[in-house]
Amino acid sequence: MSGERVVYMDNNATTQAAPEVVAAMLPFFGEYYGNPSSMHNFGGQVGAKVDTARGQVAQLLGASPEEIVFTSCGTESDNTALNSALASQPGKRHIVTTRVEHPAVLNTCQGLVAQGYEVTFLKVDRQGNLDLEAAAEAIREDTALVSVMWANNETGVIFPVPEIAEICAAKGVLFHTDAVQAVGKVPIDLAGTAISMLALSGHKLHAPKGIGVLYIKKGTPFVPFIKGGHQEHGRRAGTENVPYIIGMGKAAELARTRMDEENTKVKALRDRLETGLLEIEATMVNGDPDRRLPNTTSVSFEYVEGESILLHLSSQGICASSGSACTSGSLEPSHVLRAMGVPFTAAHGSIRFSLSVYNTEADVDHVLANMPGIIERLRAMSPFWAKYQKTQCATPGYVEP
Amino acid sequence: MWEYTDKVKKYFTEPVNVGEIPDADGVGEVGSLACGDALKLTFKLDEQGRIADAKFQTFGCASAIASSSALTEMVKGMTLEEAEKLTNKDIAEFLGGLPKEKMHCSVMGEEALQAAIRNYKGLEPLPSEEGEVVCQCFGVTDKEIEKVALNNDLHTVEEITNFTKAGGGCGECQDKIQAILDRLWDNPPRQPVEVKPPAAKKKKLTNIQKMKLIEETLEREVRPALKADGGDIELIDIDGDKVLVSLRGRCSSCAASQATLGQFVQSKLREFVSEDLVVEEVKP
Repeated sequence: MSGERVVYMDNNATTQAAPEVVAAMLPFFGEYYGNPSSMHNFGGQVGAKVDTARGQVAQLLGASPEEIVFTSCGTESDNTALNSALASQPGKRHIVTTRVEHPAVLNTCQGLVAQGYEVTFLKVDRQGNLDLEAAAEAIREDTALVSVMWANNETGVIFPVPEIAEICAAKGVLFHTDAVQAVGKVPIDLAGTAISMLALSGHKLHAPKGIGVLYIKKGTPFVPFIKGGHQEHGRRAGTENVPYIIGMGKAAELARTRMDEENTKVKALRDRLETGLLEIEATMVNGDPDRRLPNTTSVSFEYVEGESILLHLSSQGICASSGSACTSGSLEPSHVLRAMGVPFTAAHGSIRFSLSVYNTEADVDHVLANMPGIIERLRAMSPFWAKYQKTQCATPGYVEP
Repeated sequence: MWEYTDKVKKYFTEPVNVGEIPDADGVGEVGSLACGDALKLTFKLDEQGRIADAKFQTFGCASAIASSSALTEMVKGMTLEEAEKLTNKDIAEFLGGLPKEKMHCSVMGEEALQAAIRNYKGLEPLPSEEGEVVCQCFGVTDKEIEKVALNNDLHTVEEITNFTKAGGGCGECQDKIQAILDRLWDNPPRQPVEVKPPAAKKKKLTNIQKMKLIEETLEREVRPALKADGGDIELIDIDGDKVLVSLRGRCSSCAASQATLGQFVQSKLREFVSEDLVVEEVKP
């Protein structure tokens, strides 16, 4: 990487652990190493701190502390929710989810299909939105769970999760949401909702990697995924990962105080970045611009390939991600963009920028100063761009329905 | 993040021979937008029949761009007989190696070169039509798989996917690929598989060929008509015989055109591609 400067705009992948979070964790690697389950005071004092952290997370979510279970990551939380819904209702063998879920839910559901369960994968429209009526119609007598993500990691599109939860509650069906991308970015108040379970991940909101949370609403039938000791009130066995739980609590507290900043400062930076990028010819935004996370933009640069863009960005110290086939590790472009019907020309050239409170105006300037040149260079060698230039056939820009 | 050699990085960041030779002697085009990578290779011969100049246009990742640029450097000065012998392995070695998942980029280079040479000789560009299509997603035949396996000493399905993409889409053909490999390595032929000229008989289109033909037909037959009214059409997806299209620009809001448009597009596609195609419009 040339130069010193790093512009980190890949916060939907992971975030920097906040310095306040790291500082809060450090004593629990040293002085306070007791086991929170121990009978002695040395362990008990640590147990009290774990309870504090549980309270901090509960407060961010508008939940009660006893509804909070610490896990190792968002994926564990999702797996726990799906497995619990099936294990606690043995007669029910059907799940409803969406085509655009994170692999933590999507691949787990595909695994369940292989085991003989039935799964309905709901479609999204071109804007990435769900059809609520279709969601309601998909629910059957034997539906064990509806699992719909709160916000999409690639496009930032927000689903009307509280409404879907209401539909499920009216039909007596459990509802789970993978809220990994939403928590800390949009206000969430679970007390007033019918959401049965919610998964979140620490490292997406400035806690370190290796800590997650599963919210389980009071009264929700539950069967543990990881079995063993009585930790987490018997809902998740294994000695508590104390330093990370403390970090998670601190990060939740920070997120609560920074919610406004996320929706004003971060959003303004994102909007300025997006407007600037759209000035480049033949570009478009993926996802409903009016129902999105404040920090995320997915922009497609047609006729060029995402990995090439990312590597050129990387050489300028800019960190982003792409939905192209070459970066996904598979040979096909992002399942999210495909489900939305984004054309191949655009899906392969999609770049996601996801900002955080640590980004600055200067960061946006740096991206906007570099991006036009990168796209121009790559298009100059693209056979499809040459064709497009000759015919001027495709209409650049997004056309509102 | 892929582990690229310094040479790959150099040819990616400072590619040489970018462009198109206007009065080229040979033109080879392989890949498509749908596949995620494509290469157009053009070359010009000198009076002695050696490749005097070669240029490329590539849509693809860093290793695709580097492989293409490297290829143009390598073939300069070669006779066509020498160029015909150049393999994907040579391209990868020239670059100091490629990540195994990216070997198909070097294969694309070899295929483009062969297509360009065939074009010079007045032959069909796609010798791969010969043989049975094994991978429907990426249109790869058993002959291609055998050839790449022999040339590169490949023994597993994963390796075949890395080199040809076959088996990397829906994955349904992986058993067939394994069977080809079993057959090949139990009793390997002494000579690399000779690629025969394409059969004259019209064969069933592979998915890739169908995709390309649909793209071309829309471009040639449909788009100009719509553009005359200030509109445009876009290919969204092809699912078996179902062609999903979306309307952009003025015609997307013109209710009068909606009813007849689907029929118009469908009749054109049936005429030029396949009688079985059904066109569906996707609302933006």
